[in-house]
Amino acid sequence: MDIAYLAAGFSAALTVIGGAFGIGKIASAAMEASGRQPEAAGDIRTSMIIAAALIEGISLFSLVICILLALK
Amino acid sequence: MITDSLHVANDSLQVTAGKSTDTSWIMHHILDAKELDFSPFGVIHLPEINLFGIDISITKHVVFMWVALIILVVALRIAAKSYKNSRVPKGVANFMEVLILYVRDEIARPTIGKGYERFMPYLLTVFFFILACNFLGLVPYGSTATSNISVTATLAILSFFAIQIGGVMKNGFFGYFKGLIPHGIPVWLLPIMAVVEFLGLFTKPFALAIRLFANMTAGHIVILALLGLIFILNTYVVVPVSIAFALFIYLLEILVALIQAYIFTMLSSLFIGMAVHQEH
Repeated sequence: MDIAYLAAGFSAALTVIGGAFGIGKIASAAMEASGRQPEAAGDIRTSMIIAAALIEGISLFSLVICILLALK
Repeated sequence: MITDSLHVANDSLQVTAGKSTDTSWIMHHILDAKELDFSPFGVIHLPEINLFGIDISITKHVVFMWVALIILVVALRIAAKSYKNSRVPKGVANFMEVLILYVRDEIARPTIGKGYERFMPYLLTVFFFILACNFLGLVPYGSTATSNISVTATLAILSFFAIQIGGVMKNGFFGYFKGLIPHGIPVWLLPIMAVVEFLGLFTKPFALAIRLFANMTAGHIVILALLGLIFILNTYVVVPVSIAFALFIYLLEILVALIQAYIFTMLSSLFIGMAVHQEH
């Protein structure tokens, strides 16, 4: 009975929920803004990718901790 | 530290090996090794060099960094030489010009503004190097040098130096640290803001390193785990499903390789811009 494995799996799931929620909100706002003003779609797409990569960076911090826990 | 714990985990996994749930081969493909493994064709053992007790032997990731170096030097020299004959680029030069102009117009100029030319060599080097290393990890028998925390930490330290040197040269040594704290904040907030901004100088490059490392490693682990399902479940039924998923993740990996090179360069340039033009 090793709690570390349980903690790793549980926190990986929570991380993915948080990251997916954040990126989903960014994507929905980007879609809406592109629909309102199609000429700005290129700029909006660039900003969306930057924001999505930053959010993904945070969720990958937690993933690294999960990997460290699971391999203890 | 991370690779040490990964090695310990590898050893402990070897002890429990022999069952069909032996997953030590995943770590074998992710981690650095002192040999180039072209199984089933053969194994090339790389030289071990120990200098003053520090282990600087040539490992797999070092070899692939050299391969990326050779590819970049050859391609970019061909591109640069073709400009001698005519100002209109053809072939490789055309492709390189698209990327270089992209870095200049979409990454450097909007974020750094005036004086962006001084940082263009560094940003272009980082962009092309990370791109080449990421793509080399996707070919068969290749390995991603940027999936090693040492490589990404070195790139982040170089970005850190570029940010600090750029900021100090523009604003002066004390002017730079004074300018870290924004204007117009209440006096009682000053000590907290000073500590937060000073620590922020270090956490931003740290995040750059971890983001690149984790993105590259996680993608490879997912692909290997999906393909390993075939061996763990030990049936033929799961083969088409597993390969379809792995192919999808592989295409996603190509996209992630491009995006991570772009994000590293964009964030480095953003931090340089914030350090050089502190009034914004």
